[in-house]
Amino acid sequence: MRYLYYPGCSGEATGKAYDMSTRAMMEKLGVELAELDDWNCCGATSYFNTRELDSFAIAGRNLAIAQKQGDEDLCVTCNACYTALEKANHYMAESPRIREAVNGALGSVGRSYDGSKHVRHIMDVLINDIGLDAVKEKVVRPLTGLKVACYYGCQYSRPWGIFDDVEFPVTMDHLFQALGAETVDYAAKMKCCGGMMMLTKEEGALRMCHELLYCAEREDADVVVCACPMCEMNVEGYQPRVNKAFGTSFNIPVMYFTQLVGLALGASSKELGIDKQIVSCDRVVAAISA
Amino acid sequence: MTELATTPQAKALHRQFVEDVMSMPGGEKIRICQQCGTCTGSCPTSYLMDYGPREIIAAFRAGMIDRVVKSNTIWLCTSCYSCTVRCPANIKITELMYELKRLAIKYDLTPKDSKSPAMTKYFLDSVRKHGRNHEVELMAKYMLTKDWSLPFKFMGTGLKLFLAGRLPLAAKDIRGRDEIGRISAYLEAEEAKAR
Repeated sequence: MRYLYYPGCSGEATGKAYDMSTRAMMEKLGVELAELDDWNCCGATSYFNTRELDSFAIAGRNLAIAQKQGDEDLCVTCNACYTALEKANHYMAESPRIREAVNGALGSVGRSYDGSKHVRHIMDVLINDIGLDAVKEKVVRPLTGLKVACYYGCQYSRPWGIFDDVEFPVTMDHLFQALGAETVDYAAKMKCCGGMMMLTKEEGALRMCHELLYCAEREDADVVVCACPMCEMNVEGYQPRVNKAFGTSFNIPVMYFTQLVGLALGASSKELGIDKQIVSCDRVVAAISA
Repeated sequence: MTELATTPQAKALHRQFVEDVMSMPGGEKIRICQQCGTCTGSCPTSYLMDYGPREIIAAFRAGMIDRVVKSNTIWLCTSCYSCTVRCPANIKITELMYELKRLAIKYDLTPKDSKSPAMTKYFLDSVRKHGRNHEVELMAKYMLTKDWSLPFKFMGTGLKLFLAGRLPLAAKDIRGRDEIGRISAYLEAEEAKAR
């Protein structure tokens, strides 16, 4: 099994551990990831905010490269990259005006894209291509006894609900249940972390993170797992700010789901970038190794 | 605030806005909004907004462009798509918010106290320069120009992130970084031709 792989800009900085753990996890699963050659930013929400056609064409450059590089699906880790790249596909298919403009723009830099590249979220690949049974077979450290709060994030399945429900996603819960963990049921699992609002309107974003952390703690979760570097950064990195704003004392480990799966598959903490988490995950690692 | 809708320029601007919104795939569905308020009820930030998304749609349809583009509403949308997936009329409200942001930027009508337009601009600058978003550069630029308090508020977290290797200072330029600017230049030229 082989995929083209799009790490995304955060994967080189604040979300470095997502990239590291994705590669380590896939290696344990015997899946080859070929990094997309000379990929550029997906455009994210900032391009949607500014120029409609540019946003599709910028995303389209990546898809054009992917089409040229191989027939494999393009595997994406970050929820926001996933949505931005997939949106280019959707809108190119829906609108002749957009398709024409994007192809004109790509043509001006010597590229072309026919709209056929499948963009896949890494969880979609894990659940639907590799399959839970195959993942389970490779477990060397079951997550028995661990209580996991799965935090999906908005653009995991919204707006299209391609591989999971838009209101009540279950794939991440099923994955961790298969690995032996208990997953907690809580209302905030599909709510917004605030995203970029953490920098532009802090009080709004802190409130959203507070709600999530509050729900996770109330359910006695040992760890919150994320599928998006923006969610991870907000929920983990801003815990001290949440505590200050709401008089709370949250100190909840937050991990990428790939890190926790990687641990179960026997990858080392170092390979998985667990030492990069700023809320210590020692408790989680100790509970699994025991 | 004077309502722009009463002046001839505002009427022309409104026509332009309507045309642009209608040209988005699915944009014409804004006509069938029955003002149920599911969007506002689903919105995690509506409590901070001057007008909720439902009111924005009503104001837009009534030609109150001033209210729409100068409100803080469109800049408080976090792109969570909760409204979009729940709208019984299938109006792509998140996309409408993007379109209104684009129009506000294009006609320089962004609210002066909102920091989001600057964030958006710096993000694009970074991508045009490097081909990727260099998070450290983006944050530094934003903090220096828009919010001096941020470095102090986040010093503790920032230091931890830096020590963990999560804030690399050097940008990684892609080989084809000039293509990003060329793509935009091409699209701008096409747009100018069409006008």
